[in-house]
Amino acid sequence: MAFDAQAERNFKVVGTRVTRPDGIDKVTGKAAYGADVSAPGMLHGRILRSPHAHARIVSIDTSAAKALTGVKAVVTGTDLAQPEDEAFADVAINCLARDKVLYDGHAVAAVAATSKAIAKQAIRLIKVNYEKLPHVTDVDEAMKPDAPVVQEGRALETVPAGMSQNVTTHCQFGHGDLEAGFAKADKIIERSFKTAATHQGYIEPQACMASLGSDGRGEVWCCTQGQYMVRANCAAALGVEESQLRITASEIGGGFGGKTSTFIEPVALALSRKAGKPVKIVMTRDEVLKATGPTISTSMDIKIGMTKDGRITAARGELRYSGGAYPNATVDMGAQAAFAAYDLEAVETVGWNAMTNRPKEIPYRAPGAPTAIYAVESVVDELCQELGLDPLDVRLMNAARKGTRSSYGPTFNEIGLVATLEAAKAHPHYTAPLGPNQGRGLSCGFWFNFGGNTCVSLNINDDGTIGVVEGNPDIGGSRASISMMAAEELGVPYDKVRTVIADTSSLGFNDITDGSRVTFAVGLATIEAARAAIKEMCRRVAKIWDIDEEAVIWEDGCAKPAGPNAGTHPPMTLAEIAAIAGKTGGPIAGHHEVNADGAGVSFGVHLCDTEVDRETGAVKILRYTVFQDAGKAVHPDYVEGQMQGGAVQGIGWALNEEYIYGEDGRLQNAGFLDYRVPVASDLPPIETVILEIPNPGHPYGVRGVGETPIVPPLAAVSNAVSRAAGVRMTELPMSPPRLLKAMTG
Amino acid sequence: MVRVKLWGSLRALADGEEWVEVEASNFKELLDALAEKYPGLKPQIKRGVSLALDGVIYREAWFTKIGPENEVILMPYMVGG
Repeated sequence: MAFDAQAERNFKVVGTRVTRPDGIDKVTGKAAYGADVSAPGMLHGRILRSPHAHARIVSIDTSAAKALTGVKAVVTGTDLAQPEDEAFADVAINCLARDKVLYDGHAVAAVAATSKAIAKQAIRLIKVNYEKLPHVTDVDEAMKPDAPVVQEGRALETVPAGMSQNVTTHCQFGHGDLEAGFAKADKIIERSFKTAATHQGYIEPQACMASLGSDGRGEVWCCTQGQYMVRANCAAALGVEESQLRITASEIGGGFGGKTSTFIEPVALALSRKAGKPVKIVMTRDEVLKATGPTISTSMDIKIGMTKDGRITAARGELRYSGGAYPNATVDMGAQAAFAAYDLEAVETVGWNAMTNRPKEIPYRAPGAPTAIYAVESVVDELCQELGLDPLDVRLMNAARKGTRSSYGPTFNEIGLVATLEAAKAHPHYTAPLGPNQGRGLSCGFWFNFGGNTCVSLNINDDGTIGVVEGNPDIGGSRASISMMAAEELGVPYDKVRTVIADTSSLGFNDITDGSRVTFAVGLATIEAARAAIKEMCRRVAKIWDIDEEAVIWEDGCAKPAGPNAGTHPPMTLAEIAAIAGKTGGPIAGHHEVNADGAGVSFGVHLCDTEVDRETGAVKILRYTVFQDAGKAVHPDYVEGQMQGGAVQGIGWALNEEYIYGEDGRLQNAGFLDYRVPVASDLPPIETVILEIPNPGHPYGVRGVGETPIVPPLAAVSNAVSRAAGVRMTELPMSPPRLLKAMTG
Repeated sequence: MVRVKLWGSLRALADGEEWVEVEASNFKELLDALAEKYPGLKPQIKRGVSLALDGVIYREAWFTKIGPENEVILMPYMVGG
């Protein structure tokens, strides 16, 4: 659906900062999260996890656990189905291992008992006989031909023969003559980079309550980014039909991509099926870090050539990602995004994914892009330093714009990168003075955004209020944004609209809340549903007035006569039409079902000032400003929140967060004391500048904003630290020991 | 005929060609024609692909019209977080 031809549309609701609908519930503790759901007779589930990085399961003896008083069910991998589809099979085998455990924390068995204490005691009574196998946790090691093989036979057809069986994915993008491009350069820099795996770090651990009867009918209440995805995964893992499972998404305490898969719901259902009672499982933080999906760990080589006046002549990147113990395609996204901000005559990006004995990677905001762009933007910054060029002017000189053939193939339409860079250049932050041991970093960021499958039902209530039913859990303020777009289109006040999230049996299929899709795609469907309802209301009013439907228009929340033969009827408000709906043909509702496309790519630019402590290696973030093209910002508070949140998560990725594995392949820091996310006292206020360049693919010009903000911080912080420290940093996180070592040689 | 650009790692499965030509008037016909002309592409097409049409990315839109005047780029299936 194209951008409305209303160049000067005067929005009345969209663009304002209305009260968020979930605010009071959240600050008073009333909001019901995954762990808040209970049922009569409910049992407590607990999962036994592997203590080994890689081992064959020789036998599992559950007899002692089953004999413990209070234990009602025990399940192992054989209690789940073996789906034919590889993606479903991977989810099932990740929920409960069968022949092998693939990483420290891999689930092996589970119990359901009448209390948490009994469940905890019971899993200690399960005896698992393991045959330990060699393991590998580093991506470069995993790609060596003689590396321990995590899984056999998982390589795609694009992987050349003769490589380690751990290599599952190979991709390559680009265009132009690299050799000729590098020959034109006055300066070429080639650097290698490594980044650690990081976790999405949501505050709410995964939690669910599930019930599955002997008749095959089940219900699940859980915190998730996609109840329909949970239904599909559970149906495949349990061998039941989707129609027999009803999944309700709870309020969600953060997801950031990490709740786009399932880890405990099939286990809870399997336990419930055996026990005949509802089963609740709540993960501990230790389990979240060990066994839910962090992002990729990487190793990357970047080579860029530049003329002495700042024109990039050629660029090449080789990305080696590991998404843990299963194949994944995240490197495809990283390889496409790496050089997207630049207008390049010659560019090539090659990507590889290799399996390691780590937990199954799950997407994390803009999956694959932050690391690739970190490496590219670091080399661009170093070239600017070496050639004595202004890093922002160089980016403006080389920026992708309308008509640029992107590094991943398509030619860009209207994009906002140049406007975003110019906003950064004009901002006082860019020219503010710096003190000793301080440095300023800059980075561009990019994300594709997409739409996807979406259903919306919009009901005109008989009192003139509006109910919107959508199928995507609200992780970033979508209920407010959807209500605002419905109010805008219908011409009613925002507080007359309430948006709720449907369970899987109440609304047609919706893709998960990911890809920065919801405000774009659900908003688009809501506008169309509102238009359908308006059309019906105009039709009803035309009957009342006994005039043609075409002679009734909708304006400011009222049906009005229009045209020479329409007469002089007084306008009828939405409330008046709703009150008599039963007399004019029955309830009034609008629906829209779509697989939305045209989301429009998004660019951002981040500025970061840091100060380095030369004695300890500690880094202080002094100032941070985010510039981003949001299309039309429906609710600016939420857009700013996305920009600030992405920046903070990226700062954590850059400075402290990392999965640390010991020689034994076990995770050393599975807790928030040792896996350190930034807290408020670590951060300055994150300033935000929203640019509004309408997306031509949405009727209000809306663009997704949730993922782009996490892309630039890794390089923005690293470039600031490198300039402050006087040494080019090439590995993340730049934790104090690592930075101190780099500064002292 | 529609000219389609393949990403680099698919080219080995399509006689080494960067641009290929097939008879198609929409996304589905294009995928069917690619799979028939280059059977090596079938596994990737089955796993899922995106299509950029004049710069707009479509994930799964079989009946999107395509003509010889369009810039058509095959891309991996988009995933997000």
